[in-house]
Amino acid sequence: MTGAAVALFVSVFLACVVEAVEAVTIVLAAGSVRKDWRSAMIGVAGGLIVLAVIIAALGPALTVIPLRWLRLMVGGLLLIFGLQWLRKAILRASGHKALHDEAAIFAEEYASAQAAGRTSRGIVSDWYAFTLSFKGVLLEGLEVAFIALTFGSNQHDIPLAAIAAVAAVVIVSALGFAIRGPIVRAPENAMKFVVGILLTTFGVFWGAEGAGADWPGADAALLVVAPLVALFALGLVVVLKRAGRTSRSATAEKATVAS
Amino acid sequence: MKWLKSFGAFWYDFVIGDDWRLALGVVIALAVTCLVTATSSMAAWWIVPVAVLILLPASLLRAVRR
Repeated sequence: MTGAAVALFVSVFLACVVEAVEAVTIVLAAGSVRKDWRSAMIGVAGGLIVLAVIIAALGPALTVIPLRWLRLMVGGLLLIFGLQWLRKAILRASGHKALHDEAAIFAEEYASAQAAGRTSRGIVSDWYAFTLSFKGVLLEGLEVAFIALTFGSNQHDIPLAAIAAVAAVVIVSALGFAIRGPIVRAPENAMKFVVGILLTTFGVFWGAEGAGADWPGADAALLVVAPLVALFALGLVVVLKRAGRTSRSATAEKATVAS
Repeated sequence: MKWLKSFGAFWYDFVIGDDWRLALGVVIALAVTCLVTATSSMAAWWIVPVAVLILLPASLLRAVRR
Protein backbone atom coordinates (compact mmCIF):
# COMPACT_ATOMS: atom_id res chain seq x y z
CA MET A 1 0.00 0.00 0.00
CA THR A 2 1.44 3.41 -1.00
CA GLY A 3 1.60 6.41 1.35
CA ALA A 4 -1.30 8.11 -0.48
CA ALA A 5 -3.41 4.96 -0.17
CA VAL A 6 -2.68 4.72 3.56
CA ALA A 7 -3.60 8.40 4.00
CA LEU A 8 -6.81 7.83 2.03
CA PHE A 9 -7.75 4.76 4.09
CA VAL A 10 -6.98 6.38 7.47
CA SER A 11 -8.79 9.64 6.62
CA VAL A 12 -11.96 7.94 5.40
CA PHE A 13 -11.90 5.34 8.19
CA LEU A 14 -11.56 7.89 11.01
CA ALA A 15 -14.16 10.27 9.56
CA CYS A 16 -16.58 7.39 9.10
CA VAL A 17 -15.98 6.06 12.65
CA VAL A 18 -16.96 9.47 14.06
CA GLU A 19 -20.15 9.65 11.98
CA ALA A 20 -21.02 5.99 12.62
CA VAL A 21 -20.72 6.45 16.40
CA GLU A 22 -23.29 9.26 16.16
CA ALA A 23 -25.68 7.25 13.98
CA VAL A 24 -25.42 4.11 16.15
CA THR A 25 -26.10 6.18 19.30
CA ILE A 26 -29.36 7.45 17.78
CA VAL A 27 -30.47 4.01 16.53
CA LEU A 28 -29.73 2.38 19.89
CA ALA A 29 -31.71 5.07 21.70
CA ALA A 30 -34.63 4.60 19.28
CA GLY A 31 -34.67 0.80 19.52
CA SER A 32 -34.04 0.31 23.23
CA VAL A 33 -36.38 2.98 24.59
CA ARG A 34 -39.30 2.28 22.29
CA LYS A 35 -38.78 -1.47 22.72
CA ASP A 36 -39.53 -1.85 19.03
CA TRP A 37 -36.31 -2.93 17.33
CA ARG A 38 -38.25 -3.95 14.21
CA SER A 39 -39.38 -0.34 13.52
CA ALA A 40 -35.90 1.01 14.33
CA MET A 41 -34.32 -1.53 11.95
CA ILE A 42 -36.81 -0.68 9.18
CA GLY A 43 -35.68 2.94 9.70
CA VAL A 44 -32.04 1.87 9.37
CA ALA A 45 -32.83 -0.11 6.20
CA GLY A 46 -34.82 2.82 4.76
CA GLY A 47 -31.95 5.25 5.47
CA LEU A 48 -29.42 2.87 3.88
CA ILE A 49 -31.58 2.45 0.75
CA VAL A 50 -31.91 6.24 0.26
CA LEU A 51 -28.15 6.58 0.83
CA ALA A 52 -27.43 3.84 -1.72
CA VAL A 53 -29.58 5.67 -4.31
CA ILE A 54 -27.73 8.95 -3.64
CA ILE A 55 -24.32 7.22 -3.89
CA ALA A 56 -25.36 5.37 -7.08
CA ALA A 57 -26.38 8.70 -8.65
CA LEU A 58 -23.45 10.75 -7.34
CA GLY A 59 -20.61 8.23 -7.75
CA PRO A 60 -20.63 7.89 -11.55
CA ALA A 61 -21.32 11.64 -11.92
CA LEU A 62 -18.12 12.42 -10.01
CA THR A 63 -16.01 10.26 -12.33
CA VAL A 64 -17.25 12.22 -15.37
CA ILE A 65 -16.11 15.63 -14.04
CA PRO A 66 -12.57 16.61 -15.23
CA LEU A 67 -10.03 16.05 -12.43
CA ARG A 68 -9.06 19.72 -12.15
CA TRP A 69 -12.65 20.87 -11.62
CA LEU A 70 -13.34 17.95 -9.31
CA ARG A 71 -10.33 18.89 -7.16
CA LEU A 72 -11.38 22.55 -7.08
CA MET A 73 -14.95 21.71 -6.06
CA VAL A 74 -14.09 18.88 -3.67
CA GLY A 75 -11.06 20.70 -2.26
CA GLY A 76 -13.24 23.73 -1.51
CA LEU A 77 -15.93 21.64 0.18
CA LEU A 78 -13.40 19.57 2.15
CA LEU A 79 -11.67 22.75 3.29
CA ILE A 80 -14.99 24.24 4.46
CA PHE A 81 -15.85 20.96 6.28
CA GLY A 82 -12.34 20.66 7.68
CA LEU A 83 -12.29 24.21 9.02
CA GLN A 84 -15.73 23.73 10.63
CA TRP A 85 -14.60 20.47 12.28
CA LEU A 86 -11.31 22.03 13.42
CA ARG A 87 -13.11 25.10 14.74
CA LYS A 88 -15.40 22.94 16.91
CA ALA A 89 -12.56 20.64 17.99
CA ILE A 90 -10.35 23.59 19.00
CA LEU A 91 -13.20 25.24 20.92
CA ARG A 92 -13.85 21.94 22.73
CA ALA A 93 -10.19 21.20 23.45
CA SER A 94 -9.66 24.71 24.84
CA GLY A 95 -12.72 24.52 27.10
CA HIS A 96 -14.83 27.10 25.22
CA LYS A 97 -17.42 24.53 24.12
CA ALA A 98 -18.76 21.48 25.93
CA LEU A 99 -17.10 18.20 24.88
CA HIS A 100 -19.13 16.00 22.54
CA ASP A 101 -20.64 13.53 24.97
CA GLU A 102 -22.27 10.42 23.47
CA ALA A 103 -23.63 9.44 26.91
CA ALA A 104 -25.40 12.80 27.23
CA ILE A 105 -26.73 12.59 23.65
CA PHE A 106 -27.96 9.04 24.33
CA ALA A 107 -29.70 10.24 27.53
CA GLU A 108 -31.28 13.17 25.64
CA GLU A 109 -32.56 10.96 22.80
CA TYR A 110 -33.70 8.43 25.43
CA ALA A 111 -35.80 11.06 27.24
CA SER A 112 -37.40 12.39 24.01
CA ALA A 113 -38.12 8.85 22.82
CA GLN A 114 -39.78 7.99 26.13
CA ALA A 115 -41.99 11.08 25.98
CA ALA A 116 -43.18 10.61 22.38
CA GLY A 117 -46.51 8.93 21.61
CA ARG A 118 -46.85 5.72 19.58
CA THR A 119 -48.48 5.65 16.12
CA SER A 120 -48.26 2.95 13.47
CA ARG A 121 -48.18 3.41 9.69
CA GLY A 122 -48.14 0.55 7.18
CA ILE A 123 -45.55 -2.08 8.11
CA VAL A 124 -44.02 0.25 10.72
CA SER A 125 -45.56 -0.38 14.14
CA ASP A 126 -43.76 2.56 15.83
CA TRP A 127 -43.40 5.59 13.57
CA TYR A 128 -41.24 7.52 16.08
CA ALA A 129 -38.60 4.74 16.33
CA PHE A 130 -38.63 4.46 12.52
CA THR A 131 -38.15 8.19 11.78
CA LEU A 132 -35.50 8.62 14.49
CA SER A 133 -33.41 5.75 13.07
CA PHE A 134 -34.07 6.77 9.46
CA LYS A 135 -32.94 10.36 10.02
CA GLY A 136 -29.91 9.32 12.10
CA VAL A 137 -28.66 6.90 9.45
CA LEU A 138 -29.41 9.19 6.49
CA LEU A 139 -27.95 12.40 7.91
CA GLU A 140 -24.78 10.88 9.37
CA GLY A 141 -24.48 8.55 6.36
CA LEU A 142 -24.55 11.49 3.93
CA GLU A 143 -21.34 12.80 5.45
CA VAL A 144 -19.77 9.33 5.31
CA ALA A 145 -20.80 8.99 1.66
CA PHE A 146 -19.52 12.45 0.74
CA ILE A 147 -16.14 11.93 2.39
CA ALA A 148 -15.66 8.42 0.96
CA LEU A 149 -16.74 9.41 -2.58
CA THR A 150 -14.73 12.63 -2.77
CA PHE A 151 -11.56 11.20 -1.26
CA GLY A 152 -11.89 8.06 -3.37
CA SER A 153 -12.55 9.85 -6.67
CA ASN A 154 -9.70 12.32 -6.10
CA GLN A 155 -7.23 9.52 -5.45
CA HIS A 156 -8.75 7.36 -8.22
CA ASP A 157 -9.48 4.67 -5.65
CA ILE A 158 -13.18 4.66 -4.76
CA PRO A 159 -13.06 0.90 -3.86
CA LEU A 160 -10.41 1.51 -1.15
CA ALA A 161 -12.39 4.47 0.23
CA ALA A 162 -15.54 2.33 0.22
CA ILE A 163 -13.72 -0.49 2.08
CA ALA A 164 -12.54 2.02 4.72
CA ALA A 165 -16.06 3.44 5.11
CA VAL A 166 -17.74 0.03 5.32
CA ALA A 167 -15.10 -1.26 7.78
CA ALA A 168 -15.69 1.74 10.05
CA VAL A 169 -19.48 1.37 9.95
CA VAL A 170 -19.37 -2.42 10.54
CA ILE A 171 -16.91 -2.17 13.48
CA VAL A 172 -18.82 0.65 15.19
CA SER A 173 -22.23 -1.02 14.62
CA ALA A 174 -20.95 -4.35 15.98
CA LEU A 175 -19.51 -2.62 19.05
CA GLY A 176 -22.65 -0.57 19.63
CA PHE A 177 -25.00 -3.53 19.39
CA ALA A 178 -22.69 -5.72 21.49
CA ILE A 179 -22.81 -3.30 24.41
CA ARG A 180 -26.36 -2.08 23.63
CA GLY A 181 -25.42 1.42 24.74
CA PRO A 182 -23.57 4.58 23.69
CA ILE A 183 -19.94 4.02 22.69
CA VAL A 184 -18.73 6.40 25.38
CA ARG A 185 -15.17 5.09 25.42
CA ALA A 186 -14.48 6.07 21.82
CA PRO A 187 -12.09 9.05 21.91
CA GLU A 188 -14.55 10.94 19.71
CA ASN A 189 -13.28 14.45 20.40
CA ALA A 190 -9.67 13.46 19.67
CA MET A 191 -10.80 11.67 16.49
CA LYS A 192 -12.73 14.76 15.38
CA PHE A 193 -9.60 16.83 15.89
CA VAL A 194 -7.54 14.45 13.72
CA VAL A 195 -10.26 14.28 11.04
CA GLY A 196 -10.48 18.09 11.02
CA ILE A 197 -6.73 18.25 10.40
CA LEU A 198 -6.93 15.65 7.59
CA LEU A 199 -9.92 17.29 5.87
CA THR A 200 -8.28 20.73 6.09
CA THR A 201 -4.96 19.36 4.75
CA PHE A 202 -6.54 17.64 1.75
CA GLY A 203 -8.86 20.62 1.22
CA VAL A 204 -5.93 23.06 1.11
CA PHE A 205 -3.95 20.77 -1.20
CA TRP A 206 -6.65 19.77 -3.68
CA GLY A 207 -8.37 23.18 -3.60
CA ALA A 208 -5.17 25.04 -4.56
CA GLU A 209 -4.26 22.38 -7.15
CA GLY A 210 -7.76 22.53 -8.65
CA ALA A 211 -7.47 26.32 -8.83
CA GLY A 212 -4.39 25.85 -11.03
CA ALA A 213 -1.57 26.18 -8.47
CA ASP A 214 1.46 23.87 -8.52
CA TRP A 215 2.67 22.70 -5.12
CA PRO A 216 6.42 22.64 -4.58
CA GLY A 217 7.32 18.96 -4.39
CA ALA A 218 3.92 17.93 -5.84
CA ASP A 219 2.21 15.24 -3.67
CA ALA A 220 5.09 15.33 -1.15
CA ALA A 221 3.81 18.77 -0.09
CA LEU A 222 1.04 16.93 1.78
CA LEU A 223 3.70 15.63 4.19
CA VAL A 224 4.52 19.24 5.07
CA VAL A 225 1.00 20.69 5.00
CA ALA A 226 -0.49 18.08 7.39
CA PRO A 227 1.97 18.60 10.29
CA LEU A 228 1.78 22.38 9.82
CA VAL A 229 -2.03 22.33 10.03
CA ALA A 230 -1.78 20.12 13.15
CA LEU A 231 0.78 22.42 14.80
CA PHE A 232 -1.30 25.50 13.96
CA ALA A 233 -4.46 23.93 15.40
CA LEU A 234 -2.67 22.81 18.57
CA GLY A 235 -1.14 26.29 18.91
CA LEU A 236 -4.62 27.82 18.70
CA VAL A 237 -5.80 25.43 21.46
CA VAL A 238 -2.96 26.64 23.72
CA VAL A 239 -3.68 30.32 22.97
CA LEU A 240 -7.43 29.92 23.60
CA LYS A 241 -6.81 27.96 26.83
CA ARG A 242 -4.55 30.77 28.12
CA ALA A 243 -7.06 33.42 27.05
CA GLY A 244 -9.80 31.52 28.89
CA ARG A 245 -7.72 31.27 32.07
CA THR A 246 -6.82 35.00 31.92
CA SER A 247 -10.44 36.08 31.48
CA ARG A 248 -11.60 33.73 34.30
CA SER A 249 -8.99 35.08 36.74
CA ALA A 250 -9.88 38.67 35.75
CA THR A 251 -13.55 37.92 36.48
CA ALA A 252 -12.63 36.34 39.83
CA GLU A 253 -10.48 39.37 40.74
CA LYS A 254 -13.36 41.73 39.86
CA ALA A 255 -15.73 39.68 42.02
CA THR A 256 -13.26 39.78 44.96
CA VAL A 257 -12.86 43.59 44.64
CA ALA A 258 -16.65 44.05 44.44
CA SER A 259 -17.25 41.98 47.57
CA MET B 1 -43.07 25.06 1.12
CA LYS B 2 -42.22 23.95 4.68
CA TRP B 3 -40.51 20.87 3.27
CA LEU B 4 -38.49 23.02 0.84
CA LYS B 5 -37.46 25.31 3.68
CA SER B 6 -36.25 22.48 5.88
CA PHE B 7 -34.51 20.88 2.86
CA GLY B 8 -32.67 24.17 2.24
CA ALA B 9 -31.87 24.53 5.95
CA PHE B 10 -30.43 21.01 6.02
CA TRP B 11 -28.08 21.67 3.08
CA TYR B 12 -27.07 25.07 4.48
CA ASP B 13 -26.21 23.43 7.80
CA PHE B 14 -24.50 20.49 6.06
CA VAL B 15 -22.27 22.58 3.77
CA ILE B 16 -21.90 25.98 5.45
CA GLY B 17 -22.18 25.00 9.12
CA ASP B 18 -21.85 27.35 12.10
CA ASP B 19 -19.84 30.15 10.47
CA TRP B 20 -20.71 31.25 6.94
CA ARG B 21 -17.69 33.53 6.87
CA LEU B 22 -15.39 30.49 6.79
CA ALA B 23 -17.16 29.19 3.68
CA LEU B 24 -17.08 32.61 2.01
CA GLY B 25 -13.39 33.01 2.86
CA VAL B 26 -12.56 29.65 1.28
CA VAL B 27 -14.47 30.54 -1.91
CA ILE B 28 -12.67 33.90 -2.14
CA ALA B 29 -9.24 32.28 -1.54
CA LEU B 30 -9.86 29.71 -4.29
CA ALA B 31 -11.16 32.41 -6.67
CA VAL B 32 -8.04 34.54 -6.05
CA THR B 33 -5.84 31.47 -6.68
CA CYS B 34 -7.70 30.82 -9.96
CA LEU B 35 -7.24 34.47 -10.97
CA VAL B 36 -3.53 34.54 -10.14
CA THR B 37 -2.77 31.28 -11.98
CA ALA B 38 -4.81 32.38 -15.00
CA THR B 39 -3.31 35.86 -15.35
CA SER B 40 0.29 35.55 -14.18
CA SER B 41 3.19 33.15 -13.82
CA MET B 42 3.48 33.89 -10.10
CA ALA B 43 3.38 30.92 -7.68
CA ALA B 44 -0.11 30.71 -6.17
CA TRP B 45 0.03 27.62 -3.91
CA TRP B 46 0.50 29.79 -0.79
CA ILE B 47 -2.79 31.72 -1.13
CA VAL B 48 -5.09 29.04 0.32
CA PRO B 49 -2.78 28.22 3.31
CA VAL B 50 -2.53 31.94 4.11
CA ALA B 51 -6.32 32.19 3.96
CA VAL B 52 -6.54 29.33 6.50
CA LEU B 53 -4.06 31.15 8.78
CA ILE B 54 -6.41 34.16 8.77
CA LEU B 55 -9.87 32.53 8.61
CA LEU B 56 -9.57 29.96 11.41
CA PRO B 57 -8.29 32.26 14.20
CA ALA B 58 -10.78 34.96 13.14
CA SER B 59 -13.68 32.49 13.35
CA LEU B 60 -12.48 31.19 16.74
CA LEU B 61 -12.14 34.72 18.07
CA ARG B 62 -15.73 35.49 17.06
CA ALA B 63 -16.95 32.28 18.72
CA VAL B 64 -15.07 32.96 21.97
CA ARG B 65 -16.23 36.59 22.19
CA ARG B 66 -19.88 35.60 21.71
